[in-house]
Amino acid sequence: MKPFALTFLFILTSCYQNKSLSDAPKETENLEFIVSKKEMKKIEGGSYLGFIGKDSTRIVEVKSFYIDDSPITNAEFLDFLRENPQWTKSKVTQLYADESYLHNWVSDYEIPKEAKPNSPVTNVSWFAAKAYAESVGKRLPTVEEWEFSALADEVSKDASEKPEFTAYILNAYQNKKAYNAEIKQEKPNFYGLYNMYGMVWEWTEDFNSVMISGESRNDSSTNENLFCAGASATTTDLKNYAAFMRYAMRGSLKANYTVNNLGFRCAKDL
Amino acid sequence: MKSLFRPLFLAVLFTLSFTACKQNSDSSLLADSTMNPEDIALDGTTEVLEMPAPPFVPTPVGDRAAKKIIVNLEIIEKVGELANGVEYNFWTFNGTVPGAFIRARVGDEIELRLKNHEDSVFPHNIDLHSVNGPGGGAEASFVAPGKEAVFTFKALHAGLFVYHCAAAPVGMHIANGMYGLILIEPEGGLPAVDKEYYVMQGDFYTKGAFGEKGLQEFDIDKAIAEQPDYVLFNGNTGSLLGANELQAKVGETVRIFVGNGGPNLTSSFHVIGEIFDRVYVDGGMTINTNVQTTSIPAGGASIVEFKADVPGDYVLVDHAIFRAFHKGALGKIKVNGDENPKVFKKNEPLQTKS
Repeated sequence: MKPFALTFLFILTSCYQNKSLSDAPKETENLEFIVSKKEMKKIEGGSYLGFIGKDSTRIVEVKSFYIDDSPITNAEFLDFLRENPQWTKSKVTQLYADESYLHNWVSDYEIPKEAKPNSPVTNVSWFAAKAYAESVGKRLPTVEEWEFSALADEVSKDASEKPEFTAYILNAYQNKKAYNAEIKQEKPNFYGLYNMYGMVWEWTEDFNSVMISGESRNDSSTNENLFCAGASATTTDLKNYAAFMRYAMRGSLKANYTVNNLGFRCAKDL
Repeated sequence: MKSLFRPLFLAVLFTLSFTACKQNSDSSLLADSTMNPEDIALDGTTEVLEMPAPPFVPTPVGDRAAKKIIVNLEIIEKVGELANGVEYNFWTFNGTVPGAFIRARVGDEIELRLKNHEDSVFPHNIDLHSVNGPGGGAEASFVAPGKEAVFTFKALHAGLFVYHCAAAPVGMHIANGMYGLILIEPEGGLPAVDKEYYVMQGDFYTKGAFGEKGLQEFDIDKAIAEQPDYVLFNGNTGSLLGANELQAKVGETVRIFVGNGGPNLTSSFHVIGEIFDRVYVDGGMTINTNVQTTSIPAGGASIVEFKADVPGDYVLVDHAIFRAFHKGALGKIKVNGDENPKVFKKNEPLQTKS
């Protein structure tokens, strides 16, 4: 197993102590609630072998929860904007969204030309996604909830041991501009969740709780002061390149960032 | 006149600024060797580096003073060809494999601006082996799609260095073409030559076998097994062949900056029909002479020089020779000019009695 001599180290943190995140957007105080018809699926709790961690620390326990069956669409986000104009691109507070926030939108209430009402909304910040979730009485899923739901292929809850499943995901990730397509055009996974892979990256509540600093070969000591102290752990599934990519993507983000292929879906406690 | 005054001036300057160094040297070389490159002053000007696409390189530094250099690199993920009709989803610095050639001198302050194109799917970064600092800049340059990261480093060591993406999963980023070379010239520059070229070897792992047409996916199992389908110079079987052959004239001196991005294989770099007059061993400042084949590790580089003595086609190969003829590690330098029978001639067949 010589090729595996190179170990990838990560910081595991159990809390989300990050200044930019604990300063919740003031906008949320004035949120107008909206009614969402989005279908949710119940995910039965359980445990899985985490991507991060070693031996006993790798067992991740997840409580039962609900999660949206698909990413939030442009049309759904537009409903939110109509009731909450403080989140339109002309009015959004700079602190909560960078300059590319909804930048492809024709105007405050017109979705991008290349996209469809039923395409996933992208170029939204973590703050905006969080505000949306709250406006429909939900929240963002945690990394662990998202990863747990995403273990499923079409026929089983946990397809992580199937090499062809990883290959499928890797291939799906290479799709360019898949975010302009409409949701639910592909088959759902075992739980009935659509578009978990290859359409958009998705925000999670604690997207930066696992630190990938960019110096992926030595993530044991970097930026420790920015995050809560935690056990450093080793990933052993070096072949799980798909998971690597998700954690790398999350690690490259800040809460005000908006990206062309980054959207979200919501979750809810039972 | 200029060339005479300059070393004198520098020698005086160095003596002045280094009172601890009592030697009264009449040679700028000695002054240079005692000077900490960290303390080399900038001349106050700033240059945005112009970088032509491979196999070409930016203009030599010559005898210019150290200054601030701005290097703009953009990460572009795009479908290109490994071979005729064989498509691959490359991840690139500036849209080419290898990425743009960066050229500076010892003492330069280099501001590296790394932009990740907004249509990129993945986050990326850059680790330059010429950087003295954490991760070679990898952490400071980790950048999400659509964003830009900037960091600055002072070039302290002369040599030819590899740069590459180091974002997780590193092997895949490199296997998809994310590497290039950065040359840090010593003060006064490398000796002038007639032709300079930029060649970088890389190994590629595809679902289909060598030559299988269509868009080929990256094959992680082959990558881990270190069994590439393609071993290429400059990312395509034809990068240095046909209309793209490197050119030189008889009598010219040729310098090739050769790098190896890997991710896995070591190159046994050889030019068929030539002997390297000089090789900067491992891309450092030690020069070996009269070299037939030079070994270039993954993540390493070498500078090879030769004089074109005789006209003809000279073939660049990885002399692990099955890679050349079955995996694509082939290129050519066409040398034009008059025959040079003193050095080489083909004799008439010997008359033999029947």
